[in-house]
Amino acid sequence: MSSNSNLTSMRRTVEQLKLEASVDRIKVSQAAADLQQYCLQNASKDALLVGVPAGSNPFREPRSCALL
Amino acid sequence: MGEMEQMKKEAEALKTQIEAARKAAHDTDMASAASGVAPAPRVQLKTRRTLKGHLAKIYAMHWCTDNRLMVSASQDGKLLIWDSHTGNKVNAVPLKSSWVMTCAYAPSGNLVASGGLDNMCTVYNLKTPVIKTVKELDAHTGYLSCARFLSDTEVLTASGDTTCALWDLETGKQKTVFLNHVGDCMCLSLSPDMNSFVSGACDSLAKLWDIRDGQCKQTFLGHTSDINAISFYPGGNAIITGSDDCTCKMYDLRADQELITYQDAALNSGVTSLALSMSGRLIFAGYDDFNCNIWDSLKGEKVGVLSGHDNRVSCTGVPPDGMCVCTGSWDSFLKIWN
Repeated sequence: MSSNSNLTSMRRTVEQLKLEASVDRIKVSQAAADLQQYCLQNASKDALLVGVPAGSNPFREPRSCALL
Repeated sequence: MGEMEQMKKEAEALKTQIEAARKAAHDTDMASAASGVAPAPRVQLKTRRTLKGHLAKIYAMHWCTDNRLMVSASQDGKLLIWDSHTGNKVNAVPLKSSWVMTCAYAPSGNLVASGGLDNMCTVYNLKTPVIKTVKELDAHTGYLSCARFLSDTEVLTASGDTTCALWDLETGKQKTVFLNHVGDCMCLSLSPDMNSFVSGACDSLAKLWDIRDGQCKQTFLGHTSDINAISFYPGGNAIITGSDDCTCKMYDLRADQELITYQDAALNSGVTSLALSMSGRLIFAGYDDFNCNIWDSLKGEKVGVLSGHDNRVSCTGVPPDGMCVCTGSWDSFLKIWN
């Protein structure tokens, strides 16, 4: 590999790192609070969390057994 | 000092700067912050459907936006479209190459896509009288690990050639190539607002990309092996990753760092796949040890397990309405649980 392409590659790495370094970061406490709020606000609609009443569960139909 | 040496120093300085900035934002950890949250209930889900029809290992599945149809891909060389309510097969799409690794359903329900070791993403129209191949997206120089439709005209792909790409389905050409990973790209997930996506790769990094300008905006470190699975958290502010290092992690996009690791000393199998319940509270993670473990995303605790497959769980998916979770396995079956 030519030293030129190594240099180009390194320049790109530095530019990328500069971009990533410039991100504005919020505090973890804020991030955690927002995530919790989202979860809790939507919890009642989350069928896998709170369950589905058998009558409204599309994957559970009342089965009839035919005795032959 | 030569320019190369100078830039190496600058790169190291920037990495240190990023690490310091992340530390400065780390005023608490997720588990402590969630100590006031009531624990999630013990989750006990039952198998409601076992979908039988594939003749070989299932590698991928994806729900349609109608919450009822789903597509699955198997190395028996077929895509099967299932009606999850009845358990019936609605369509079968024979594949030119049986080495399939991914499948996707378009949001419209009109199209499905598949791809794998043929390095191509093939798009099929389900609505024509006979299922037709619409396009073969051929430009990647490595296997296709994941594909997702943005619409009927745009597809995102992740490849073993270390790139991701945005394709125009009308021309069949790549509109944007996302370059930055140094390992095979294994998975991708679209943000809820469709302006960005995240990718996971064998370089153990997860990256956030802007779809329109093609730039990598953020890189998330922490995993120590291939990232096989990735998903946006429903609100769009966080992502969950699953790795061969046997852990899942949550990264917050705005705090730009890892918030929590989901791990257990007893678990020493890699994570193959993951899906989130619709509030984000539950993470369904498929492992090499044939199980799908259920994690409380806020507290980091295991709250359940889906056992029933006789081989590796290779794919998991929750439909948009969150009514159930589907697991697909190398045992050739798909199971629907709720």
